[in-house]
Amino acid sequence: MATARSKHLVLILARELASNLATPTLIADAEGTLVFFNEAAEEIVGRGFSEIGEMPMDEFSASFTPRTRNHAPLADERRPTRIALEERRAAHEQLWVLSRDGVDRQVAITAFPLFAEADEFVGIVGIFWRE
Amino acid sequence: MRVRIWGCRGSVPTPGPQTVRCGGNTSCIEISLDDGTVFVLDAGTGIRELGNQLAENGVKHVHLMLTHLHLDHLEGLRFFAPLFDPESTIDLWGPRSPVVTLKERIRRSFSPPLFPIDLMDTPGRVNFHELPKTQWRIGEARLIASLIVHPGPTVGYRIEADGSSVAYIPDHEPALTGDFARRSRDWISGGSIAEDVDLLLHDAQYFEEEYDGRLGWGHSSVDSAMAYADAVGARRVVLFHHDPTHSDETMERLEAEARSLGSNTHDPPIVAREGMVLELPSR
Repeated sequence: MATARSKHLVLILARELASNLATPTLIADAEGTLVFFNEAAEEIVGRGFSEIGEMPMDEFSASFTPRTRNHAPLADERRPTRIALEERRAAHEQLWVLSRDGVDRQVAITAFPLFAEADEFVGIVGIFWRE
Repeated sequence: MRVRIWGCRGSVPTPGPQTVRCGGNTSCIEISLDDGTVFVLDAGTGIRELGNQLAENGVKHVHLMLTHLHLDHLEGLRFFAPLFDPESTIDLWGPRSPVVTLKERIRRSFSPPLFPIDLMDTPGRVNFHELPKTQWRIGEARLIASLIVHPGPTVGYRIEADGSSVAYIPDHEPALTGDFARRSRDWISGGSIAEDVDLLLHDAQYFEEEYDGRLGWGHSSVDSAMAYADAVGARRVVLFHHDPTHSDETMERLEAEARSLGSNTHDPPIVAREGMVLELPSR
């Protein structure tokens, strides 16, 4: 009689919001798993979410070889998504990413934590801004 | 497990000759288990008569599970007999809020100018419980509460006991999450409480054409309710939270509409009626 664990309602609502945004947006859950990115993000990612599926956020981020504005490797602890997940605060960074289609792109990323009910951390939203 | 409906009207009580068959009392369900445990789901005006029945039967302990604190789910509590019986205990469960405790939020409805008696002055013992984040047990029953789409902190409940399961989602607008019927169940609002459930009591306040003008009010059309039942694999559906403008004749049309939608549930959908008793056999 056991049931599957549902995504938190806040993530379900965030996904619906992201699905309707023209701004590239991704969502990760509280365990740090990438659970969704929208169609607008496909241009940056280079593939659709259905092709990639859920995966650890760190693994997903690293696959883009993120670099600073001077093209130096971006330290893991400076990644906005890592900061939002681990420190549970908003973060913003300008950086270069190498998309899966082989194109180098300059973007900015804003990430922020999502809290539900009284104090429950349920995940993060990351937004890409084309520079 | 035995489920009895004491109130199934949505939004506001609607007594009168037009609502005799479905009833005019607002949301209240009684679930009785084989071991004598009594769950009361929501405290709409239906809870008043239930309280009298509990007193008559000598029941001194109930678990009151609130889905949310909108008035039509709380307004009967002030007239619930166990609250005024010094030998009674109510374990009251409800959703957490970011700012104010459950106790304080409920206490507001027991204060001037809304009511003359303070909640703390009622003789019955009330133990307040903000809902756990994970499943929990009460006696032999396993319970899950999950936030669902409705304005303000609102949960649905799943209770599993005596070899069967019931999900209670009286106020719910899953259509706001997009085309949920095409999503995997983990992306469906309330999916973990309604999945493959034996009995689903679900919001079906509107006809589809009525819903168009009420988007975002927190309720479902009958079409959406049946699509939800199919998406989560519910075996049996009882349509709940009747619109106050819907007469008994209108509710019969709504039931016929639900049956015409060709759902995959094992039994044809029915609309909730006050006094209805549903026995859930062990599977």
